[in-house]
Amino acid sequence: MSALSLSPQEEIIIRRAAQELKPGMLVNLGIGLPTLIPSVLPQDSGITLHSENGFVGVGAPVVGTPDYPVIDAGGRAVSLLKGAACFDSSFSFALVRGGKLDAAVLGAFEVSLSGDLANWMIPGKLTPGMGGGMELAQKARKVIVLSRHADKSGTPKLVERCSLPLTAPSCVTLLITEFAVFERLEGKMTLVSVHPSTTKEAVLSGFTFSVPSIPELRSWS
Amino acid sequence: MRDKCIAVSAALDQYCKSGQTWMFGGFGRGGVAFTCLEELARRSQQYQNLTIVKNDANEPNLGVGMLLNQGMVRKMIATHIGLNPDAVRMMNEKKIEVEFVPQGIFAERIRIGGSGIPAFLSDIGLGTIVAQGKPTMEFQGKTYLLESALRANVAFLCADVVDRFGNCWFKGSNRNMNVVMSLAADSVIVEAKKIVETGTLEPENIHIPGVVVSAVVQAQPRAHIQEPGGGIA
Repeated sequence: MSALSLSPQEEIIIRRAAQELKPGMLVNLGIGLPTLIPSVLPQDSGITLHSENGFVGVGAPVVGTPDYPVIDAGGRAVSLLKGAACFDSSFSFALVRGGKLDAAVLGAFEVSLSGDLANWMIPGKLTPGMGGGMELAQKARKVIVLSRHADKSGTPKLVERCSLPLTAPSCVTLLITEFAVFERLEGKMTLVSVHPSTTKEAVLSGFTFSVPSIPELRSWS
Repeated sequence: MRDKCIAVSAALDQYCKSGQTWMFGGFGRGGVAFTCLEELARRSQQYQNLTIVKNDANEPNLGVGMLLNQGMVRKMIATHIGLNPDAVRMMNEKKIEVEFVPQGIFAERIRIGGSGIPAFLSDIGLGTIVAQGKPTMEFQGKTYLLESALRANVAFLCADVVDRFGNCWFKGSNRNMNVVMSLAADSVIVEAKKIVETGTLEPENIHIPGVVVSAVVQAQPRAHIQEPGGGIA
């Protein structure tokens, strides 16, 4: 993994996220951590990646000066896989709203206990805009959110209620951090797995509110 | 068929005025009419108080970023401006107004703007601040937002190949917003690095038919350095 400039925590997150993606799935990867997932997928993963700006069949990033005008949602030059198809923005989002995406993998500022996602705006500070995030969060069959477990001051990203403007309410299927996986079960983000470096008790005691968990946690991998 | 090739300056003289709404195709650096934008930015005194419709704000002093830095823009309608810190700063300082639209709704509002449809129902953004102040409507037992059409005075598109009549072909991911914008403006200016004789492109493989194009202009090599492939942010 020497080609990846990832922190150990980030690598844990994207490797765990990659396990959720199965052959045959059509998946959109959001800007940031999610776009690093292909670097840990096998070459013949059988997963088709959708890029919101208008194609399916995202290949490896192109190093140097490519001669083919293909960029991903983050503006990086990428290659097209064999069988890729290009289209315009309207088709690209008709595909998203039409429910063709098996999964969207997105970043987060906050995820609430009820599965609300906030990832596009910190009022007065950072307002990049939602891009295609609202459609992806609302319409992908599975919404997988990747995030560091806590911010720099140690406050978990999983919160009782989002304080930031929402990208979409009650949309998150899975939240994956370097310590834990939470799944929305019966409307609540529920601890279902912890990384071997920690324990269920340590994860749950890090919250100032009650986070449900399943009785027998699933193994991490 | 009519030869629509004219000089960039002639196209701007003919179609552009201060206070107008302009649409720009493109996503990041891909499919952006950089040559037109450079000439527009040179005319910053002539064109003021503009409303700009583009997916993003490009980067500082690049593409539509030039229009922002030149103080020509009153309002920007976009989906994401995160790669242009100058645009974010101007928005926070209230020097420009920014209307954020979810990307697929942005494309669709432009598509219907060019399709004779005044508004459509959508559930995107319900339960978020995007829904604030927007009319809603009950339909078949569910609540939807009523999204209005977006149109412009002028659309600036960038194709990879255009013929002299205006038929356009795009390579890779360059089609993006260019296609929907081609119908949604009173005048449509297409620039391309490669202009071919009319009849060269296969009719079945044309992405924008020339009948909707007002003028064809030559993209300058200098501008092409800016296109994707140059390595981006």
